Amino acid sequence: MSGKIIEHSKAAEIFNRDIKREEWHDETLWMVREKRDNAAFQIPEWELLRETASQIKNNVLSNIHQYLQDFEEQAKKNGVVVHWAADGHEHNKIIHSILENHCVKQIVKSKSMLTEECHLNEYLTDKGIDVIDSDLGERIVQLRNETPSHIVLPAIHLKKEDVSETFHEHLGTEKGNKDPKYLTEAARLHLRNVFLSRKIALTGVNFAIAETGEFVVCTNEGNADMGVHLADVHIACMGFEKIIPQRKHLGVFLRLLARSATGQPITTYSSHFKKPADGKEMHIVIVDNGRSKQLGREDFRNSLKCIRCGACMNTCPVYRRSGGHSYHNAVAGPIGSILAPNLDMSKNADLPFASTLCGSCTNVCPVKIDIHEQLYKWRQILVKEGYTPTTKTIAMKGMASVLANPVIFDFAGKTARFIMQKAPGLVNNNFNPWYKQREMPAPPEESFREWYKKNSRESKDKNNEQ
Amino acid sequence: MSSKASILEKIKQNQPSSISELPDLSALGPDTYENLQKYKTVLNAIGGAFVEVKDNDEVISYIKNNYPAEKRKITTIPELSEIAETNWTNDDPHSLENVELTIVKAHFGVSENAALWVTNELLGQRASVFIAQYLAIVVNKKDLVPTMHQAYERIGNQDYSFGTFIAGPSKTADIEQSLVLGAHGARGLIVFLMD
Repeated sequence: MSGKIIEHSKAAEIFNRDIKREEWHDETLWMVREKRDNAAFQIPEWELLRETASQIKNNVLSNIHQYLQDFEEQAKKNGVVVHWAADGHEHNKIIHSILENHCVKQIVKSKSMLTEECHLNEYLTDKGIDVIDSDLGERIVQLRNETPSHIVLPAIHLKKEDVSETFHEHLGTEKGNKDPKYLTEAARLHLRNVFLSRKIALTGVNFAIAETGEFVVCTNEGNADMGVHLADVHIACMGFEKIIPQRKHLGVFLRLLARSATGQPITTYSSHFKKPADGKEMHIVIVDNGRSKQLGREDFRNSLKCIRCGACMNTCPVYRRSGGHSYHNAVAGPIGSILAPNLDMSKNADLPFASTLCGSCTNVCPVKIDIHEQLYKWRQILVKEGYTPTTKTIAMKGMASVLANPVIFDFAGKTARFIMQKAPGLVNNNFNPWYKQREMPAPPEESFREWYKKNSRESKDKNNEQ
Repeated sequence: MSSKASILEKIKQNQPSSISELPDLSALGPDTYENLQKYKTVLNAIGGAFVEVKDNDEVISYIKNNYPAEKRKITTIPELSEIAETNWTNDDPHSLENVELTIVKAHFGVSENAALWVTNELLGQRASVFIAQYLAIVVNKKDLVPTMHQAYERIGNQDYSFGTFIAGPSKTADIEQSLVLGAHGARGLIVFLMD
C-alpha cells in the first residue's frame, strides 16, 4: 500500500462505518486475548517467566555490541554468510544481489515483519523478481494487494467471504465456497508447487543465539521449513535486537511466545538453524534501520525488547476497534505506535495518540515493556517538537491560558454552563470532535468553586455555632 | 566505514553504560510433574494423537493396520524397514514430494507443550518431516521432560546442523480464526509412546 497516509483517527472512522464488521473484529481479537489468558493462567510461574524474560532482554540491550560480534563469529564458523544492513534500502539491495549472483528471478518468503518494514516486496517486484509470501494469511493479503493488518494474524481484518472471492479470482477455487478447510487446502496445493520450484527461500528470525550462532524460526504452518529445506539458498533477515545470549534462554522465550500470541503452548515448529545442509547456502542479514537510534533514546529503548507476539494488539481497545491498517505502519497497535515515531516522527505523529493509555498492553507484554508509558512520553515529545496538528496545539495553548488565570477560568466556566444549558446545539454538533460517538455531559448548576465557597462558609457558620 | 562498523559504533555509543545482569534460571520449571499424563492431554489438545506401544513390532502392526499399504512411507529407523523405505536419505529432497508417511524417532518430548525434539541425524533429510502428508514420531516414555527448561538442559551443548521442536500437526487459523489442520506440513501427527 503506497500513496498518501491517512491519519489514524480518520482511518479508524472509515473502519467503523461497517459496524457489524467492526464488532466482529473486536470480538475475534478479544477471543485471542482470552486464549492467551487461559494459557498464561495454567503456568503458576508465569509472572516469574515474564520477569526473567524482561531481565534477559535488559541484559541483551546493555551488551548488544558484544553479543552481535559473538553471534557473527559463531555463525561464520558454522558456515553461514553474515551481512550487515544500515537501513531498509541496504537490506533490500543485499537480498537482490544474492538473487542476482544465483541468476534467480523467484523467491519464496515466510513471515518476516522486518521485510515489511523495509518494503522488500515492492523493491524486488520493481526489479522483476517474482515474490511469493507463503504464510497463508500473508498470501491472502498479498493476492489482494494489501499489507498484513496484524503481525501474527496478517488477514485478521478479512472475512471468509473475502478470502473465498480472492481465491476464486487468483487460484480458481469454486465461486462462493467459503469453507476455511476447502480454502486452506487450495492454498496448500498452490504453495506446494511454489515450495517445490523455488531455489531461494527467505525467512525471518525469532531468536538469534550469540553463544552458538544459530537462529530459531517459529511457525505453525510449516511454511518456513518447507521453503528453506527445498531451496538451495536460505536467507534469514533479522533486526539486530533479535539476539539472545545463550541457547538455554530459549526455554524462557519459547514458553512465553506462543502462549502470549495465540494461547498455544508452543508453535507447531520451532526450528533451530545452525549450519547449512551439505551443498547449500545460508545467509543472515542483520539490520539496523533506526534501531541503534532507538537504543539511544533512554525512554524508548526498551521497546527493542519486543518479541513480536502481538498480545498488546489483541488486548488494545483502540486496535480492536480501528483495525491494523489504520496504523499505516508494518507493526500496528500499541507496540507499533512506540516504534514508528522513531522511524519517522512527522509521518507517525498521530500513532501515540491512538490509545486510551489504559495500560492493558503493558499488563500482557511477555517482556514487560512499559508500552502505555512510552506512548504518553512520545506524545510529550511530539507536541514539543511541533509534530501535532495545529488545531490541537491551538486548543492546548488556549486551554493553558484559561487554566492559568482564575478570572478567565471563572468566566469561561460560567459561559460554558450557560451555553450548554440554554443552547446545547452550539456544542452538541459535529464541529466539536469530542461530541463524535459521545454525549456531552449534563452541565452542573454551579462550578465546584462556587459550591465550595458556599459550603465552606456554611460549615464555618456551623462550627461557630457549636 | 562499512555498514557493520558504523552500526556497531552507533550501538556502542547508544547502549546503556553499564551491563545489567543476566537472571538466574534455576527457579524456573516445576519439581514435580506427571509427565506422561500431561504429555497425552496436551498432545490431544493441539490436534495430535498417540498410541502406547511396547516395541517396534507394535509400531509396524499399527502402521500396517492404519495407513494404506500402496502409499509411500519412509523412515530412519532400521527396525521399521519392513514397512518403510530406508534408502532415501541421499536423494534429492524434491523426490520426497509423494511421501504419505514419514516415521522418525525423537530424542525426547516435552510434557508442557507436547513438543518433540528432533535433529538432522534423526531426520535423514531436513525436509522429511515437513513434506510428508502424515508424520509419525517414536519417543520413549522415559524420555519425557516437564518443561522447556529441562529440554534445553538436556540439549546442552549438543552439536547439530538443524534441529526442531515439533508439536502436533501443521495448522493455521488464518481464515477467520477457524482452526484447520494440515497447512503446509503434516496433516496429522501420531506419536508412538514406547515403554
